[in-house]
Amino acid sequence: MGRYILKRLISAIPVLLGITIIVFLIMAMIPGDPAIAILGGYATADRIADLNRDLGLDQPLVARYFIWLGNMLTGDFGRSFSLNRPVLDEILERFNATLILAGVSFMMCSLLGILAGVVSAARQYGFADKAITFAVLIGISVPSFFLGMMMILFFAVNLRWLPVSGMYAIYGGGDLPDLIRHLIMPATALAAVATGVIARLSRSAMLEVLRQDYIRTARAKGVGERRVIMGHALRAAMVSIIPVLGIQAGFVLSGAVYIEIVFQWPGVGRMLVTAILQRDILLVQGGVVFVAACYVFFNILVDVAQSLLDPRIKT
Amino acid sequence: MSGFLKLLFRNRLAAVGAVVLGTILVLVLITPLLPLKDPNVTDTANKFIPPFTEGHLLGTDHLGRDQLSRLLHGTRLSLAVGLAAAVIAATLGSAVGIIAGYFGGRTDNVIMRGVDMLMAFPYILLALAIVAALGPGLLNALIAVAAVNIPFFARNIRGITVSLAGREFIDAARLAGKGHTRIILTELLPNVLPTIVIAMSTTVGWMILETAGLSFLGLGSQPPVADLGSMLGKGRDSLITDPHTSIVPGVMIFLIVMSVNLLGDGVRDALDPRLKSGALSRPRAMTAVNRKGPVPETDDKGLLNIQNLETQFHVGPRVYRAVNDVSLHVKPGECLGVIGESGSGKSVTALSVMGLVASPPGVITGGAVRYAGEDLLGASYKSLRTKRGENVAYIFQDPLSTLHPLYRVGDQLAEAIQCHHKISDAKARARSLELLRAVRIPNAESRLRDYPHEMSGGMRQRVGIAMAMANDPDVIIADEPTTALDVTVQAQILALLDDLRRERGLAIVFITHDFGVVAQLTDRVAVMYAGQIVEQGRTEEVLSRPLHPYTRRLIACVPELGGGRRRLEAIPGLPPMVDKLPRGCAFAARCDKAQDSCRAAPIALSRDGDRAVRCLFPEEALRKDAS
Repeated sequence: MGRYILKRLISAIPVLLGITIIVFLIMAMIPGDPAIAILGGYATADRIADLNRDLGLDQPLVARYFIWLGNMLTGDFGRSFSLNRPVLDEILERFNATLILAGVSFMMCSLLGILAGVVSAARQYGFADKAITFAVLIGISVPSFFLGMMMILFFAVNLRWLPVSGMYAIYGGGDLPDLIRHLIMPATALAAVATGVIARLSRSAMLEVLRQDYIRTARAKGVGERRVIMGHALRAAMVSIIPVLGIQAGFVLSGAVYIEIVFQWPGVGRMLVTAILQRDILLVQGGVVFVAACYVFFNILVDVAQSLLDPRIKT
Repeated sequence: MSGFLKLLFRNRLAAVGAVVLGTILVLVLITPLLPLKDPNVTDTANKFIPPFTEGHLLGTDHLGRDQLSRLLHGTRLSLAVGLAAAVIAATLGSAVGIIAGYFGGRTDNVIMRGVDMLMAFPYILLALAIVAALGPGLLNALIAVAAVNIPFFARNIRGITVSLAGREFIDAARLAGKGHTRIILTELLPNVLPTIVIAMSTTVGWMILETAGLSFLGLGSQPPVADLGSMLGKGRDSLITDPHTSIVPGVMIFLIVMSVNLLGDGVRDALDPRLKSGALSRPRAMTAVNRKGPVPETDDKGLLNIQNLETQFHVGPRVYRAVNDVSLHVKPGECLGVIGESGSGKSVTALSVMGLVASPPGVITGGAVRYAGEDLLGASYKSLRTKRGENVAYIFQDPLSTLHPLYRVGDQLAEAIQCHHKISDAKARARSLELLRAVRIPNAESRLRDYPHEMSGGMRQRVGIAMAMANDPDVIIADEPTTALDVTVQAQILALLDDLRRERGLAIVFITHDFGVVAQLTDRVAVMYAGQIVEQGRTEEVLSRPLHPYTRRLIACVPELGGGRRRLEAIPGLPPMVDKLPRGCAFAARCDKAQDSCRAAPIALSRDGDRAVRCLFPEEALRKDAS
C-alpha cells in the first residue's frame, strides 16, 4: 500500500507541473502591459520599467516560467499589490475558511447523496424513490448562489433562525457552536447540486449491482435484506460511486466561490473574485495553483480509497 | 426518429421539460416584437416597484427599469451566450478529439495529456483564471466557459473516433486515395455527429448556468446590459428589502436549467435500450407470488416437493411462460437430475424453490413448493430467509460472477454460517477452514484470505460448494455447477458432490444440459423442454430406453468414447419462444414423428410409477400395467 501511495504521488508531479504551465500560459495571455494594469495609466515610464523588472517581466517567457516556478517551490508566491502582503500568507489564511466550508459540504453531499441513492434504489418506484427523484431534480437545477440567497431570505431574514452571513459573529462569537450556526446555510447551499448528482449516480449504481449474480448468491445463503443492500450491494456500488465523489469534490471546492460571495465567507474563492476585479494577477495565479494542487492531492486520496475498497486494483 | 420522439414523450417529465423550454424559447424569440418597455431606460422615481403592479407585471429594479423587459432580454442573452459556448466547446473539443483519435500515436498522446491536465483543474477555477487574464466581460466569460468544456468533448469524441478509425470503411477511404482532411470530414464526422449533439444537449444546461454564475460574480456581462446572472447579482444588493429583484431572474435560471435537464434525461432514457426492456428494475428480496388457482394439496412425496409449479416473466405486455406445470421431488440421499437445453426453464424452476427468481419481472403464478411439508411459496420472507442456505442451499454456475468480488472467500463462508447461527468470528473462521478442507482445497488456511479473482475456476467452484455445505443443509440445488469448468476439474467436482451426498445423506437437485453428467451422478432424471417436463424416470431406464423423441435425440447428441460408428446428430431447429408457445406439443416443430394431433391440443404427462412421458407417440409404449 505504501508503495502504491508513493507511486501515485510521483505520478502527480507531471500533473502539478502541467497545472502550473497552464496557469502561467493563461496569465501570459493578458493583453497589454501588466505593469500598466497594476500601476494605472498615469504611471511614469521609470516606475513601469522598475515594476517590470521586479515582476521579472523583462525576461523571456520560458525564463519567467522557471523563475516563477522556482519561487513557488521555495514558498514565494510573490506579493499581492492590492493587499500589500505575501500571496502565500493570504492564501493560507483564507484557505482554512474554504476548507471548512468545502469539507463540511463535501461530507454532507457524500453521506446524504449515497444514502438517498440507496434508499431510492431499495424502494424503486415506491413513494420514497419518487420523492427523492423529485428532490434530486430540484437540487441539480437550482443554481447554488440562488439557493443560498433564498435560504438567507427564508431562514435568516424571515425566521431569524440563522445568521445572515459571515463565518463568526462579530461580538461574542468565535467558538464552535457559533461556527456551526454560520456554516449550516452555506454548506447546504454548496452541497445541493453535488448531493443530487451523487444520489442519482448511487441509485443507478445500486440498481446495476442488485441485478448481479453475487447478490442472488447472498440471498441464497440467507443473508437478510438489510445486509444485502447496505453490505453486499453498497460495497460493490461504491466502486463506481467513489470516482464520482472525487469529481464532485472538485465542483464543491470551486463552487465555493459563489457561496463565499453570497454568504460573505472569508475564503479563497471570495479572495479570487476580488483579486480578479482588482487585476491582482499574482494573487489570482497563486490562488488558482494552490487550490488546483490541493485538488490533485485530494484525488490521490480518492484513488487510495478506491484501491483499499477494490482488491482487483493492482497496488 | 418518430419512434424516438414517441418514446421521449411517453416520458411525462421530459414532455414537461420540452413544453417549459419551448415556451421560454418562443417568448425569447418574439421578445423584440412584444410591446415591452426599453430594458435599459431608468426611472429612479419608480424604483423597486413590487410585481403585479399596473404597467410593471414583474415590478422594477433599483433603477426603476421594467423587470419583465429586463428578464426577457436577459434570458435572450443568457441563452444565446450559453448556446454559443456550447457550440464553440463542441466544435473545438470535437476537432481536438477527432484529430487525437484519428492520428493516434504521439499526436494522440500529447493532446490527451494536455486534456488530462485541463481536467485536473476544478472546473470553475479554470474559468476564473481565464476571465482573470482576459478581464471581466460577457464575451470573455463566454470564452472561459467554452474553453473549460473543451476537454469534456475532446475526451468523449476521441473515444468514439478511436473505435471508428480502425474500421474498414476508413481503410477503404484511405486506399481510395482520399486525404486526411477529406476522410475526417466525409467519413468520420457524419458518424460522430450524433454523439456530439447528445453531449451538447447534456452540457448546454451547465454552460448556461456557468455563464450566469460568472455574470453573478460580476465577471460576465457589464452594465447596463444584463443577462440573468448579473440581474441576480445586482438583485442580491437589495435581497432583503426587495427580494423580487432576485427571485425573478433566479426562478428563470432554475426553469431553464431544470427543463434542459429533464429533456436531456428524457433523451438519454429514450436512447438507452436497456430501459425499454425494464431490465434496470431491481430484483426484490423474494420472487413475487401471485397464484391464480388453488394451492395443490400435499402428496407427501420427497423432502423437497415441487408441485405444478408455474413461473412466468411479465415484461410489458408480454408474458414469458418459463415454467409450466412442473412437478418434481427429491428424497434424502437421492440425486435428481434436471436436464434440458438453455431456455428450457430448468434454472428458473430451481430458483423458484427459494424465491430467487428475479422479480420483477418474474412471478410465480401457480403450484406449490413444499419443504418437509411446508409450502414455501406461501411462506413469509422471514421464514423463507431462515431456510435459505440453512435447509436448502444453492450451488451456482460460474462462481466468478456468483461470489462477491470484494469480499475474501473466508468472510463469505463465515457470513453464510453467521447469518443463521450466532457464533463468534473465531468459531466461524474455524468452521470455514473445515469446509474448505472438506471440499479438498489445498492450503485452505491461506486460501481463506483470497479474493475470488485470485483463485482458479475449479477452486472457486469448490468454494461455492463449501458455501452451500456451510450449514449442513438437507437439500442442495446445483444449477449447472460444472458448466464453466474444464473436463478434469468437472470430474473432480462431480466426485466431490457424490461423496458429500453419500456421507451426509444430502438430497441433490442437479441441473445440467449434459447427459454424461446425468449418467454419472443422478438416480432419477427429469427432461425439460420449453418450460415443461417431457420425460421423467430412473436414470438408467431413461438412458437405455428413452420414451420421448426429444430425449432420444438429446441422448444421441452425446458423443460416446470408442463408439465411433454411431452418427452424432444435432437436433435441427430451435426451441419455441416461451412467450409464443404453441397450443400442442412444444417439440412438434422439430419432431420427425409429429402428427396433426400433436399440434391440436396440450398433451398431458402420462405416468407409470416413476416413469412419465409427455408424448402421444412415444418411442415405446409406457407400461401402464407395471404399476
